[in-house]
Amino acid sequence: MLKKLLFLLLFFSASAFSYDLPKDPLASVQWDDMYAAFLKEHPAVFDEKVIVHAPVFAEDPMNVPITVDASQLGEVKEIIIFADFNPIPLIAKYYPVKAKPTLSFRFKIQQASPVRAAVLTDDGVWHVGGMWVNSAGGGCTVASTGRLVGDWADYLGEVYGKEWVNEDANRVRFLIHHPMDTGLVPGIPAFYIEELEFETEAGEELASIKLYEPINENPVLTFDFTPDNKKSTILMSGADNNGNEFEARFKP
Amino acid sequence: MMLRVINALLISLCLPLATLAAEFDYQLNPVKVVKDTYIFEGKTEDFTFGNGGNIVNTGFIVTSNGVVVIDTGPSLRYGEQMRKAISNVTKKPILRVYLTHHHPDHFLGNQAFKGIPIYALGETITSINNEGAGFTDNLYLMVGDWMRGTDSIAPTKTVEPGVVNLGGHKIEILGFSGHTVGDLAIFDHTTGALFSGDLIFHKRTLTTPHANISLWLETIAALKKKPFKVLIPGHGPKSLDKQAMDDVSDYLRWIDVTFKKASEDGLSMTELMAQPIPKQFSGNALLKEEFSRSVTHLYAKYEQAVFKRAN
Repeated sequence: MLKKLLFLLLFFSASAFSYDLPKDPLASVQWDDMYAAFLKEHPAVFDEKVIVHAPVFAEDPMNVPITVDASQLGEVKEIIIFADFNPIPLIAKYYPVKAKPTLSFRFKIQQASPVRAAVLTDDGVWHVGGMWVNSAGGGCTVASTGRLVGDWADYLGEVYGKEWVNEDANRVRFLIHHPMDTGLVPGIPAFYIEELEFETEAGEELASIKLYEPINENPVLTFDFTPDNKKSTILMSGADNNGNEFEARFKP
Repeated sequence: MMLRVINALLISLCLPLATLAAEFDYQLNPVKVVKDTYIFEGKTEDFTFGNGGNIVNTGFIVTSNGVVVIDTGPSLRYGEQMRKAISNVTKKPILRVYLTHHHPDHFLGNQAFKGIPIYALGETITSINNEGAGFTDNLYLMVGDWMRGTDSIAPTKTVEPGVVNLGGHKIEILGFSGHTVGDLAIFDHTTGALFSGDLIFHKRTLTTPHANISLWLETIAALKKKPFKVLIPGHGPKSLDKQAMDDVSDYLRWIDVTFKKASEDGLSMTELMAQPIPKQFSGNALLKEEFSRSVTHLYAKYEQAVFKRAN
């Protein structure tokens, strides 16, 4: 973790851009550094078509709900979600293939911060939207409930969920049991789900997502997939950073 | 503790703001609601530096032997100012304090009542011991220097529900749950005053950080049977009839039905937060804010009831 932080620090101090960054509508001093860390391969524009829904105050800093909706942009390649002032800013990277560019989940917030979604479109431009989430703080440096109770291992990897066949998409919502330790609590190393992939039973690739430390304990995620066959059973597979593998199937 | 030091520093940097409330005077004004019975009515707002945390109703009953105090407010300063205001009404000693539940706006004035027995339900005492310090830090963050010197002090006596005669008042202690795991209400049979604590919010949207909706509904049904003349809710104006009770029940039932339907329809928390709220509740302060907070508090259980094992 320390290495990663040092690396980021070096990286930020060396950041110099060949083009002028657009002015941040959220007026965050971290914006330039966020761009350098996560988006610098492509130019960025702030775009109201990228909608980030979250409460303005984080009632529970361990579980801040968020919905990202970029469906007004049409086809997108990648969605990066990050919070400027989190000790670990990066929250998730979503790659919709046959899926709407929308997702919902909960994450941990350490202090008041802009929460942003950067959406990469086919023309190679990041479209960035976001909002400030206020917080009394502490979400990233508190041990998970599973650690405090000590029973997390009994449930690790259990998945509970459901698939809905809606008019515009097949929605899948699920909870996966995992402590999602940030590594910022003394004595508890980072331990989190790194990647989840989704496909139909027929092998049609739907989407994949990379998750990072700020995702909440026992994550609950929501996706809207658009498989060719609306009656598809959807398979999930994934792994955490300790090599534990997870699988689940959702029947409509 | 560190938080408080930082906060004190921050506050001292905001001098123009600080001078606005330099006196830290809650301007507590005892209002008589029925014979021998007074309340200090708080604002129907959220915690801010501007209101110093005075968003709660506290009260007292003047018996022939002395004073019975109900809840001590959000801070040491509040508790001290409460005692001063009580002494302007009567010179009788304070006999005892009852706390309705363990939320910080109701008990953080305890320090001002040192040496006087402070009664609460067992569940309330346990919860104050577990969560009191965290609550206190949080309030320092939200209302700043109004909190100076305030620490979480646990009640000194466990109360069993039942009737007690105090200086000519037949006072019934009622033990419930629903808003929290331990909700005490006080019914004075002699005057007809019913102190409900936060089991009833009136013209202010209820809060749910420790709520259990079905228990809360059962509790209100039981409270409604008490032949009260005046109801003093935990937040908002007094009520002379059962309308405030029905309003709370209606809102709780609506939350339950709405969350259940949302979970069955597959809505995420943020999507549920964006749902329209019926007009019938629009007379309650902080409606949108509290509804959103309640989603965070309560929706996860509804989601999990819909999910099935998938591996």
